Amino acid sequence: MSSFLDYAIPGIPYGCGFALLAVGLVLTFRATGVFNLAFGAQAFLSAFVFDLLNQYAHWDQPASFALAVLVVAPGLGLALDRFLFRHIPTASSTAKVVSSLGLLVAIPEMIPIIFGGRTRHRIGYLWLSPNLVYFHLGSTPVNGADIATTVITLGVVAALLAMFRWSAAGVTMRAVVESRRLSQLEGVNASRVAAGAWALSSTLAGLSGVLLLSQSNSIDPTNPLAFTTLLVAGITAAALASMESISVALLGGIGLGVLENVLVKYLPPGSVLATGFLPSLPFAVLVIVLLANPRLRHIEQSSDPMASVDPPPPPPAVSTRDPRLAAPMKWGFRILMVAFVASVLTWVPGNWVFVLAQGIVFSVIFLSVTMITGMSGQLSLCQATFAGIGAFTAGRLAEHLGLSVLAGALVGGLLAALVGIVLAVVVSRVSGLLLTLVTLAFAIFADNVLFQFSWSGGGITGVDVPRPAIGPLSFASDRYFLVLALVILAFCMLLVVLVQRGTVGRYLAAMRGSPGAAASLGINLTSTKVVVFAMSAGLAGIGGALYGSAEGPIASTDFSYVLSLVWVVVVITTGATTVEGAVQAGMAFAVLAQVLSYLPSRLDGLEFVMFAFGALTYAKHPEGIVEYQKARWLARVSRLLAAWDARHPGSGQPSLAGSGETASAAPAGSVELSNG
Amino acid sequence: MSPALLEADGLCASYGSYRALFGVSLEVPEGSAVALLGSNGAGKSTFARVLTGLVPASSGSVRLDGHDVTGMPAWRIARMGVAHVPEGRGIFSSLSVEENLSLSFRRRMGRGGIGEALDKAYAGFPILAERRRQQAGTLSGGQQRMLSLAKVLAVPPRLLVADELSLGLAPVVVDAVYDGLAEIRRAGTALLVVEQHIDRALALAEHAVLLAKGEVAWQGPPSGAAEAMERILGSGRAERT
Repeated sequence: MSSFLDYAIPGIPYGCGFALLAVGLVLTFRATGVFNLAFGAQAFLSAFVFDLLNQYAHWDQPASFALAVLVVAPGLGLALDRFLFRHIPTASSTAKVVSSLGLLVAIPEMIPIIFGGRTRHRIGYLWLSPNLVYFHLGSTPVNGADIATTVITLGVVAALLAMFRWSAAGVTMRAVVESRRLSQLEGVNASRVAAGAWALSSTLAGLSGVLLLSQSNSIDPTNPLAFTTLLVAGITAAALASMESISVALLGGIGLGVLENVLVKYLPPGSVLATGFLPSLPFAVLVIVLLANPRLRHIEQSSDPMASVDPPPPPPAVSTRDPRLAAPMKWGFRILMVAFVASVLTWVPGNWVFVLAQGIVFSVIFLSVTMITGMSGQLSLCQATFAGIGAFTAGRLAEHLGLSVLAGALVGGLLAALVGIVLAVVVSRVSGLLLTLVTLAFAIFADNVLFQFSWSGGGITGVDVPRPAIGPLSFASDRYFLVLALVILAFCMLLVVLVQRGTVGRYLAAMRGSPGAAASLGINLTSTKVVVFAMSAGLAGIGGALYGSAEGPIASTDFSYVLSLVWVVVVITTGATTVEGAVQAGMAFAVLAQVLSYLPSRLDGLEFVMFAFGALTYAKHPEGIVEYQKARWLARVSRLLAAWDARHPGSGQPSLAGSGETASAAPAGSVELSNG
Repeated sequence: MSPALLEADGLCASYGSYRALFGVSLEVPEGSAVALLGSNGAGKSTFARVLTGLVPASSGSVRLDGHDVTGMPAWRIARMGVAHVPEGRGIFSSLSVEENLSLSFRRRMGRGGIGEALDKAYAGFPILAERRRQQAGTLSGGQQRMLSLAKVLAVPPRLLVADELSLGLAPVVVDAVYDGLAEIRRAGTALLVVEQHIDRALALAEHAVLLAKGEVAWQGPPSGAAEAMERILGSGRAERT
């Protein structure tokens, strides 16, 4: 029993870290209506600033704390409110998650750009030194950091509970969350209350970041990923609390910490199970909670009685394309394609050929995002995992059975599709935010466990996926590989377009509009969701195998869940609803990385930052900013043509002015573009 | 005629690309009651929302007490003494009954006046006192309407914009609602009563305005309203309670 306590007691301060994040998530959600995935990134920022001031500028703790937690953190919160969330109060929760996803990617990447990279020498701490043992609980030494974390967490949570329950500010905040409009009718300045809520919850994020800093094993200010992993533990505890109860979030967080510490004792030390299962424990619990907690299913339903006051969300940009543009565009595209292939085979320098090939391979992977996010409206954060499954399968089959990589890619795609089906069946009862969280949990689980076995991803040693060959025809050279990849991309695009225009695509469009209405028309939501998950996973698997083949040896880090986040953000930014959107995203992603590689290394993350900021526009332009601009320009050209017609009657075809294609016909227009 | 408390002049408004109001003008004199009538989709609720700042006017102006309040945020207009009881559920269902009331009273009475106002509200609606700790969302429909009315009746505003107060209520509750309106009317509150069920509203009002397709189709004394509705909307369109 005493040995059980020896393991359980250190779990309490450890779990307090989770608890603070969980409470912060619940608080932000309750006070602003945003499920703030960027919470971990905000915590990281404050921890980083604290560490910078305390360890490098040699400020003392109170001064560093004041600036990092009381100035920087609420300042960031206010900025988020002022420049982002204030403008999208009525956006869907998916749009808000996409925005916070963009921030989650952008904030950690901006830090080295602003401050330069750093290595860590010493561990800073906030209040009591982690190196001093103050007393023993049983035989467990309790150090200063343990005391500080536990005491501060409990104190802060108690204060928050009191505020929400008894203070007028707490009541006002709850009123604003329920209905901004209605609270305004009561004379409440809702914008100011929301800004205050952002400042408060951001301060909490900063506090938890600085507190976790002193837990040397969990947070490293040079490694933002540590925070994201912690965040999932926080999400789990928040889900346990149904995103409602602050006290349950606290208990859930501490409980997770204790559970994790106790399990250490019973798992064989050093095994993959111990090193992998432990970090993925929160995810296993999260999946169970998300699926089993019925109260969570209603969190996205708007309770605002005044919802009808808001204007409808902006429709996708209407693409009014003059029919006369179709032929020139078609021929322009064909000429461009021939010129592209000829250039690649002849004069383009070798390193750029590789970059372009990468772009094409990315495009194949990104088509899977088009399918799942653009067509079904669901946000999946495990596309990199599907890609990894495809790549490792192809690599292993080539290694052990000598199977051609092309065949291997097909098998890998099928396997990824199978995993996708299983995942879709598991999540078939949830959608929207919950589905996104389950896919995130799955991606992190795959990262930590699935890809670590010697027979799968091989841990850090990795797998070699050779270049494909068809009979005597070898595609080992980058130039030939590029042409092959282009052909595969064309096939995949055709497939996506056919699905989009076929029955499944129509079903998905109906489902995206209104799941309830779709179901009442006799559409089986579950099977439609399973089909789209399977196809999307299959595409990602094929793309992943190609990616592995392009890169040479690949390891689990090449398919980390962070990439899933980045990829989704990239595709959403350029345009998730059309196949061209995916291709633009893929090419831009590869080419920008190459261009930016000429800049100083501290600007490495600039690309992610650019795309992440693009994702912030998702709520306003769900079709992607590139697609939005394209539609605007096409409309402008069409208008010019129409005006020319008006001035030269008889010279052009009559009655074209108003007969441009409408938004629903846009995908049809894109077919000609892509397969021309 | 005394200067109007509320003057709307040529108000236009739209939801996205859908235009709901086409230049509506209307006056509510100090302390008087105006009934705003019209069929479903005539623009009555939109007009009420534009008045209190929930929906922006695309053109036209709203003047309150002679001050131009067009484009002002809703919370500022509310603090000028305009109460708007919206159609349907005008309460915060996640707050308790007492939290709903004190949230409303705090803005209008200051911290010190909350207790007194609560007493008055509970005296008027004893059922709310019994349920003061209950979550407002768990009240019955009639009780929820009483709660939103209690906010207004305990501390009468200068102008009350009441949107479809009788919708979906039992006749006996409708009686209570209109008794309450008559009472604050006597206390000096000006009323703009938006109704589809015209009889009760007409009995209370001294002026009636009929909206059709986003425009003022007729206005005049309440006695002529029924005939005008029949003529303009066609027989059988004017619903009776």
